[in-house]
Amino acid sequence: MTASSSTADFRTRLQEWLPKIVLSPSVAAMFVFVYGFIIYTIYLSFTGSKMLPSHDWVGVGNYVKLWGLRAWWTAIINLGIFATLYIVICTVIGLSLAILLDQKIRGEGMLRPIYLYPMALSFIVTGTAWKWIMDPGIGLENTMHLWGWESFEFGWIKDRNLAIYTVVIAAVWQTSGFVMSMFLAGLRGIDNEILKAAQIDGASNWNLYRRIVIPLLRPAFLSAFVILAHLAVKSYDLIIALTGGGPGRATELPATFMYSYTFTRNSMGIGAASAVIMLMTIAAIMTPYLYAELKEKK
Amino acid sequence: MAVAEQDTAIRTGTGTRIFIYGILLVFALFYLLPLFVMVANSLKPLAEITGGNMMALPESWTIEPWKQAWSSAQIGVEPTGLKPYFLNSILMVVPAVAISTILGALNGYVLTKWTFKGDTIIFGLLLFSCFIPFQIVLIPMASVLGKLGLAGSIPGLVLVHVVYGIGFSTLYFRNYYAVFPTELVRAAMIDGAGFFRIFWRIMLPVSGPITVVCVIWQFTNIWNDFLFGASFGGQSQPMTVALNNLVQSSTGVKEYNVHFAGAILAALPTLLVYIVAGRYFVRGLMAGSVKG
Repeated sequence: MTASSSTADFRTRLQEWLPKIVLSPSVAAMFVFVYGFIIYTIYLSFTGSKMLPSHDWVGVGNYVKLWGLRAWWTAIINLGIFATLYIVICTVIGLSLAILLDQKIRGEGMLRPIYLYPMALSFIVTGTAWKWIMDPGIGLENTMHLWGWESFEFGWIKDRNLAIYTVVIAAVWQTSGFVMSMFLAGLRGIDNEILKAAQIDGASNWNLYRRIVIPLLRPAFLSAFVILAHLAVKSYDLIIALTGGGPGRATELPATFMYSYTFTRNSMGIGAASAVIMLMTIAAIMTPYLYAELKEKK
Repeated sequence: MAVAEQDTAIRTGTGTRIFIYGILLVFALFYLLPLFVMVANSLKPLAEITGGNMMALPESWTIEPWKQAWSSAQIGVEPTGLKPYFLNSILMVVPAVAISTILGALNGYVLTKWTFKGDTIIFGLLLFSCFIPFQIVLIPMASVLGKLGLAGSIPGLVLVHVVYGIGFSTLYFRNYYAVFPTELVRAAMIDGAGFFRIFWRIMLPVSGPITVVCVIWQFTNIWNDFLFGASFGGQSQPMTVALNNLVQSSTGVKEYNVHFAGAILAALPTLLVYIVAGRYFVRGLMAGSVKG
């Protein structure tokens, strides 16, 4: 073998390896910072870690303790209420607005960006705005009184039993326009011939939507559900900005529970266990969806 | 967003159309209300909020709350205003967006044009990493940043945002390059072009739109992040954390007008991006939700 052909050989081999070399930092980062960290947190959830990570194995002790904690149950029940209302209301508003906007509306180009801009804001900004709007002292209640509706009451944000619903209002405000966009894209993707045929057959407007259009929007429903569900489980900033978890601990969600147990109440083992449960919830929602998406592509 | 010909409109009478416009307008008001409240009340003296109507326009206009929010409001213990935190956010966002976008472009290129055994699994794992609740990585991240000496620093936050931003940026470029004709890449290979030459000469020139989408998405997400900023920000907290500290501060009089001005300052960069490039913003949202 001559020297030049062995350099050429080396260069081809380098070319073969180059793609993998380029990909490797990202893959390494992913394995360490995502999956490695997940495994480490799962491990911690089986230890008696307090303020700092420790290695004394306590088995499922943290999980048993966690499910015995009132604060955790509050967080789980709140998540149930919040996620259900958030998903349902966003879907109803999103679908309704999309269908209405799809009726050859003049000014659609003006309305769409208005519906969607909240999505560009941080939840902290949303929380700040709604915190003061829903504050009975200076907000909506006060305004209604000044406008002469003396008996108007809207003090949910100060009420232990109702505060969680104010979180729903702010969250729906932020995301429902996005859901509208998803449904509108779905509606615009429907083959017009099908609709024309149905109209010629004399289907009423109501039946046209109920029997034909809405069933065709199945993929949009699925995407909306998955996105909203995973946003609901991850909700953290909005709670912090809007209610701070209060009044008392009335609006704690698993995400705020995890943070306070881990970093301020020195129960890292329990915090880790709650994070694992959050991850499992999201995995249960996302994995089948992503798997189906990936398989479809192949 | 699709601007297809609309034939889906149902046959409606004038009454129904007025009803439809009515509902659409009511919702437009609902979405605009908080923005109106923020802007109007950020231009009022405090007494007009505490003793007046939040939904009314200012009687005596003032930009004093904006000045205070920017340069003299009490954030935590220091009366610095939001300015230094705004700069922190910029210093954090620019490198984080640049690095995660470049890595995403290269990853997408490899995963579509230099496929190998197991690439789908790698992509699947990257994809799943986009959606994890970040609570699951907070504890180890805190100790790793500490060990690297990056705790509480801007480079630490950049690292965190790059690491957890790669998933989405890769997703964007991978889906975009997947529909780019592979034959062109093959032909270039036969002509002797190497890995980077093909990327530089063939892929990059067509990557404009997806780069805009990716940059906007990463910018919005990283600018708006609160969890990482609050957990690892330390002395270099970003804007969102500072705004929250300003609003939640329990000492002294609640200066609502300053809070509103601060909230708009925190929202301004992403709002501007949305106004200037809303089309791309929507595309990014869609690509992130409907993995096509």
